[in-house]
Amino acid sequence: MDEMQGALTEGVYYTLLALYRPLHGYGIMQTVRSLSGGRVTLGAGTLYGALFALVEKGWIRPREGGAGGRRKEYEITQRGRAAVKAEIKRLEELLENGKKIDGGEIQ
Amino acid sequence: MKHIIRKAFWNYEKEEKWLNSLSAKGLAMTDYSWCRYVFEETLPGEYIYRIELLEKPAPHPESRQYIAFIEDTGAEFVASYMRWAYFRKKAEDGPFELFTDIDSRLIHSRRVRALWAACAAAEFAIMGANFAVGFMPPVSELNLILAAAICPFFIMFAYLAAHQSRRVKELKRRRKITEG
Repeated sequence: MDEMQGALTEGVYYTLLALYRPLHGYGIMQTVRSLSGGRVTLGAGTLYGALFALVEKGWIRPREGGAGGRRKEYEITQRGRAAVKAEIKRLEELLENGKKIDGGEIQ
Repeated sequence: MKHIIRKAFWNYEKEEKWLNSLSAKGLAMTDYSWCRYVFEETLPGEYIYRIELLEKPAPHPESRQYIAFIEDTGAEFVASYMRWAYFRKKAEDGPFELFTDIDSRLIHSRRVRALWAACAAAEFAIMGANFAVGFMPPVSELNLILAAAICPFFIMFAYLAAHQSRRVKELKRRRKITEG
């Protein structure tokens, strides 16, 4: 990554993960719900804004002539994958420190 | 059977609650024009309703694109009035929320606040102009009456703008700790 990346919101993180395969809006909402075991639900209005911002950032792109017909499908880009990798690294650090300290390894 | 209820709401949050409470009783809104709601009889609690203030009036291409996206997620676009849009979704499909994070709620609250603030400013200007003209000799009673008549509208719009300001503040405070 050429730029420092802030923490992604849960919704954006899961949306990027969902788009490792091409999906339209409703497909993203369903995938995010099932990935998170029903914990994270994305409102359609929230998702619309997130898709718009992610396309602008170049992390996802609309797919030309997708199988969705009228419904636009999206997929993740190389830059989007890089952003996910950077986020996983960040999350690992958070997780490790949390476990160490809360687990009593470090006083 | 169709039912028509005439009712005026200032606060869209209360309006949304009212629609959902009627839906819970088996009256589902199918159309809206100024202060006139049309309902159909359904099973109690069949639909969940959400009201949104769009960025542009509903017939605008950007809004149509947005509405089409919402409809593709299984919700139904029921009616619109200027920039206000009424959506519903079957309750059996699970919870129905348009906005599920603080950022998007903030954007919407700010949009609603801007609308009421603009209305309040317009009423204030008209009220002020009529007071000014009315008090200038020769005193014009018509202008003074007009100004007095506009006053309650100004107060209502100012109140609604302040109400959304509180929402915005609440959301900002929550965002300092969480994102959801």
